[in-house]
Amino acid sequence: MSVPRLEIRGLSKSFGDLEVLRDLRLRADRGEFVSILGPSGSGKSTTFSILTGAVAADGGEVLVDGRPLEQADHAPFAFMPQKDVLLPWRRIEANLTLGLEVQGVSKAEARRRVRPLVARFGLAGFERHYPAQLSGGMRQRAALLRTVVQEREVLLLDEPFGALDALTRTEMQRWLEAMWERDRWTVLLITHDVREAVFLSDRIYVLSPRPATVIREVEVPLPRPRTLETLADPRAARIEAELLESLLGDRAPAA
Amino acid sequence: MTVTAVEAQRAPAGRGRARARSARRQAVLALPAVGVVALLLAGWQLYADLGDVDVTILPSPSRVVSAGWDARDVLWANTLATLRATLLGFAFSLTVGFALSVLIDLSGILRRALMPPLIISQTLPIIAIAPLVVIWFGFGLTPKILLVALVTFFAITVALVQGYQAAEPEAEQLLRSMGASRLRVFRMVRLPTAMPYFFAGLRISITYAVVGAIFAEYAGATEGLGIFMQNAKNAFRTDLVLAAVFVSATLTLALFAVTILAERLLIPWTRVARGGERPA
Ligand SMILES: Nc1ncnc2c1ncn2[C@@H]1O[C@H](COP(=O)(O)OP(=O)(O)O)[C@@H](O)[C@H]1O
Ligand SMILES: [Mg+2]
Repeated sequence: MSVPRLEIRGLSKSFGDLEVLRDLRLRADRGEFVSILGPSGSGKSTTFSILTGAVAADGGEVLVDGRPLEQADHAPFAFMPQKDVLLPWRRIEANLTLGLEVQGVSKAEARRRVRPLVARFGLAGFERHYPAQLSGGMRQRAALLRTVVQEREVLLLDEPFGALDALTRTEMQRWLEAMWERDRWTVLLITHDVREAVFLSDRIYVLSPRPATVIREVEVPLPRPRTLETLADPRAARIEAELLESLLGDRAPAA
Repeated sequence: MTVTAVEAQRAPAGRGRARARSARRQAVLALPAVGVVALLLAGWQLYADLGDVDVTILPSPSRVVSAGWDARDVLWANTLATLRATLLGFAFSLTVGFALSVLIDLSGILRRALMPPLIISQTLPIIAIAPLVVIWFGFGLTPKILLVALVTFFAITVALVQGYQAAEPEAEQLLRSMGASRLRVFRMVRLPTAMPYFFAGLRISITYAVVGAIFAEYAGATEGLGIFMQNAKNAFRTDLVLAAVFVSATLTLALFAVTILAERLLIPWTRVARGGERPA
């Protein structure tokens, strides 16, 4: 097997006395959709903070295409935070080009690169709007467009649909799956939604409660493109049950 | 995409209609204030006319207006002098206030070092300081600029510092993940976040600016509304004193209006966020 696009080896991190990550190991191959499933507060966002450089790890290694992260000549990750953080003073168009602008791409060139994506992301006609004028689903699509247009090696998506209502969330999952079918980005997705993980992923890591470490790795061999029927597949149901079981572990059911 | 079609219908209503509606609403909102001022003026006029009060003690509003009109050339020249001092002082205040806010935002040490002296500067009694500043810097523009800055910079600095701190950590992390430097994060996230705070501070401090300039002139100057008031007072021309007071109030109101206008032009997104009209 070839060198994985992203490999995390033995990552550990404590905030003072609070041990958050312990010997975390993950891998994502090129064009693979990998989800990280874990209870809230387990250290999922912290993992992304380490990858993006906001937080320093206490130990461990991050390799991108086999090379240590410190040796990379540019940030290999395009990050989509848990909140959409569209900048309220920038019109949608200027929010979409933000990452390219920071990379030093000229405004005109950045706009030229964003333009073909706008319609695919369902944002046509809203380029001149302010973020406050968009619905939740549109804001998430704008945040995602802002992320993918940076053309980095790996997309880091931190609970991108966590704040949406159930219906919009399902709609967005289907839409993201269709987008991914076409572009085959390498994706690391954080979620605590078991269905979402099964529906979107090639592989799923289940993390333990704090300190987080991988307690289970599950392949999702469901055929693509995936549709609503995919979730009705008995194999999908079996994976879901398996994941839930490892998430809830030996925790006693509430009385 | 069907999602988009549905969402498009949720977009805000037409611009012209919304603007007309908001103009009418604002006119209605201004009515009580206009009524109160008119009532006060009418009461004052009646009291001065019927109460047989000495004009050197309380001239009627109509007398104030006519005296002011007769002295319009002198009044206008002095108003321009005061306006110049106010604007230069305020520009200086903005520069210093902004520079201080950046230093304070830069590091905890600078913050702890700078905040106490800045707060102390605001406890100084202007009435005692103004003559001293004139003694140190003479009768020219300098003492006026300094005094206007002294009474106005603090609200600006405090507002900006508070505004920087309101920046979303997630937005900063996002920018950092894109490879942005600290300066860039400041420019692209912290500074724009602080803008609504800045304008709130600006509205407060502009109302002190004209009074600050007049104070400085009062303490010693060759021209300006402050010196005009002093001369009028010494000549027992209470009507002219009040005419100058009226002019200075008008000046403050005009400057206040300018800050409101600047706010509307420079940070249009805040009105959108409040559910206002659709932007151009
Ligand atoms: N900068 C920090 N300083 C101290 N504690 C932190 C910091 N960031 C996260 N934590 C703590 O680490 C734990 C894991 O947080 P996080 O990674 O956000 O969890 P998750 O994303 O899995 O819900 C939480 O208990 C959180 O309070
Ligand atoms: Mg999280």
